[in-house]
Amino acid sequence: MYKQVLKISAGFILAAGISASPAFAGGEAEVLHWWTSGGEAKALKVLKDDFAKNGGTWKDMPVAGGGGDAAMVTLKARIVSGDPPTAAQIKGPTIQEYDDEGVVGPYNIHSVATAENWDALLSPQVANHMKCDGFTKYCAAPVNIHRIDWFWANKKVLDANGLKMPTSWPEFNAAATKLKAAGIIPFAHGGQPWQDATVFEAVAIGIGGNDFYRKAIMELDLDALGGSTMVKVFDQMRILQGFTDEGMPGRDWNVATGMVMNGKAAFQIMGDWAKGEFANAGLKPGIDYYCLPTPSNHGYLYNVDSFIFYSMKGENKIEGQKLLASLMMGKNFQKVFNLYKGSIPARLDVPMDEFDMCAKGSAADLNYAAMTGGLLPSFAHGMALKLAQKGAIQDVVTEHFNSKMSSKEAASRLVRAVKDTL
Amino acid sequence: MFYWLQKNLPKIVIAPSFAVILWFVYGFILWTIYISFTNSKMLPRYDFVGLKQHIRLWSQWRWYNAVENLLIFTVLFIAICIIIGIFLSILLDQKIRAEGFLRTVYLYPMALSFIVTGTAWKWILNPTMGIQKLVRDWGFTDFTFDWLVNRDMSIYTIVIAAVWQSSGFVMALFLAGLRSIDDEIIKAAKIDGASLYSIYITIILPMLRPVFMSAIVILLHISIKSYDLVIALTAGGPGTSSDMPAVYMTQMAFHRSEIALASASAVMMFLTILAIVVPYLYSELRRQDANR
Repeated sequence: MYKQVLKISAGFILAAGISASPAFAGGEAEVLHWWTSGGEAKALKVLKDDFAKNGGTWKDMPVAGGGGDAAMVTLKARIVSGDPPTAAQIKGPTIQEYDDEGVVGPYNIHSVATAENWDALLSPQVANHMKCDGFTKYCAAPVNIHRIDWFWANKKVLDANGLKMPTSWPEFNAAATKLKAAGIIPFAHGGQPWQDATVFEAVAIGIGGNDFYRKAIMELDLDALGGSTMVKVFDQMRILQGFTDEGMPGRDWNVATGMVMNGKAAFQIMGDWAKGEFANAGLKPGIDYYCLPTPSNHGYLYNVDSFIFYSMKGENKIEGQKLLASLMMGKNFQKVFNLYKGSIPARLDVPMDEFDMCAKGSAADLNYAAMTGGLLPSFAHGMALKLAQKGAIQDVVTEHFNSKMSSKEAASRLVRAVKDTL
Repeated sequence: MFYWLQKNLPKIVIAPSFAVILWFVYGFILWTIYISFTNSKMLPRYDFVGLKQHIRLWSQWRWYNAVENLLIFTVLFIAICIIIGIFLSILLDQKIRAEGFLRTVYLYPMALSFIVTGTAWKWILNPTMGIQKLVRDWGFTDFTFDWLVNRDMSIYTIVIAAVWQSSGFVMALFLAGLRSIDDEIIKAAKIDGASLYSIYITIILPMLRPVFMSAIVILLHISIKSYDLVIALTAGGPGTSSDMPAVYMTQMAFHRSEIALASASAVMMFLTILAIVVPYLYSELRRQDANR
């Protein structure tokens, strides 16, 4: 009897010793996200397994439904009631907006970030998005970098019409006119506000240039917003509208990608999540389709997905946050996750050998753009502006693209709409 | 004790639900009104800034656009629903065969949610795969029916779908009304030589006044809070051409971090309902008093 008690208690001590050995023992994490489909779900499972392997308890909190609208409602309700999830899929200036509401401090993961020297692992611009308290303390962890300004094109269609990938917007317009005459839809597009905005920002860095984008969209300079360059950007949007088909309004982005894949249409402008659609159909980049940036002066519009870590009650949960942040920035997770997701790692020192040519090109362009000042946050995907201003610009862009509004009128409406939110 | 319980039991049983409704409906209405006077952005704040958000709301073209669409939608939706509803109910009231079956057929759309209605009509009205394509495939290559993607007409597609869904319900209301009218009245009018048309116009429809009122009030609040149908059918597009106040409010509150502005628009919708329902209740209650 005595021996048995000894055995059991020894077992307990041993067990406690083992589970205490990793740095963040027994952490608990409840992660709010909306990656519930296909590749995204697979990608996230990598993180779940990593977390469990390190002794943590993962409480999944997936909120399904397009781009996280439903998730936002749930999240706000949880925060207002004083019980936020351990981590939530929040990105861009919204991270700092939450900090302004006072629900993020005292920045639990900052100690992890300094210990692992995130400043050296991330490009400074990406790192800044992850910092709260006047951009001094880490409060979020990045998991990927999506590029937005891509042209996806059907190679067979272009070849059949003797066309190459356009390197300037006039070249694109000429190619599209030729395709239209040949009975092909030149520009596959889904007329939803966020897709209109996606095209708009690609056109803005192409026609207006990087400095124009920085001034007009990022700094909201009213002269740039209503100036002659903006009018030219809207002119190109009007030309693009002429290259779309009748079924455009309301179409989902993947349906538009499907039109490019089966050769009904030639081009699409969409972020690199579109690659997943091509890959699922067994198509190869460079052979079946092109993935090249839209014409611009080495501009690069990025969208960094990240997880914010709110202020927490309970040592267990804070430990969970720290473990989670450390794993998210881990080399293995950054590689595997992005192979599934179609994006590239946010961490700079992840080897790119296993990635496809689109991702390799994206990583190379990213480095070049970061050096030459072309690395720009995407406004359409909530990286450049607070949600109110983003929404105001998006309203005007989509209203212009779906009507006969003149470019001048659109530019002046843009000024009015932005003024209202300042 | 037993007597007291017997007397007060209804009140006791009702009290919890009364308290819950008082707090979660009327309490939150007051809360929303207060929030509309603050500077709340992402989460509710309680700093009073007066009418700022209301002024902002009424200076936005998008809000005007939404209000205009609501007016178009409400007027057409209610008018067409009632006209079709009356017409169908009069036809069904002619003591025809298989009436029960036909009634169910017309009433059935009501059993679908607006999301289903919206999605189905989105496919039917889509020019590249719906009615337009069908008729063109029949050989009429010039046929055009592109209301769904035409920004000047998109609001009318919402009217079409909503009418399809709700007119059967209005029919049921009027059918019940018609059944309650005494046959003797019609017979008497016929003996006096009145035509069937004038019997309906001058005698029966005026007698259905209460039915009109309940139909209008029910349809009105469906139209003011219409959100799911718009989202499923057009998502407010093309552009923002079929935007509605409820869509605007949801976007501001949950996508744009403009809780105060969203509350201001919610207050406007609330006042619209109030402006119509209060006079109606007042007149109805006064009539009840007069009848007593």
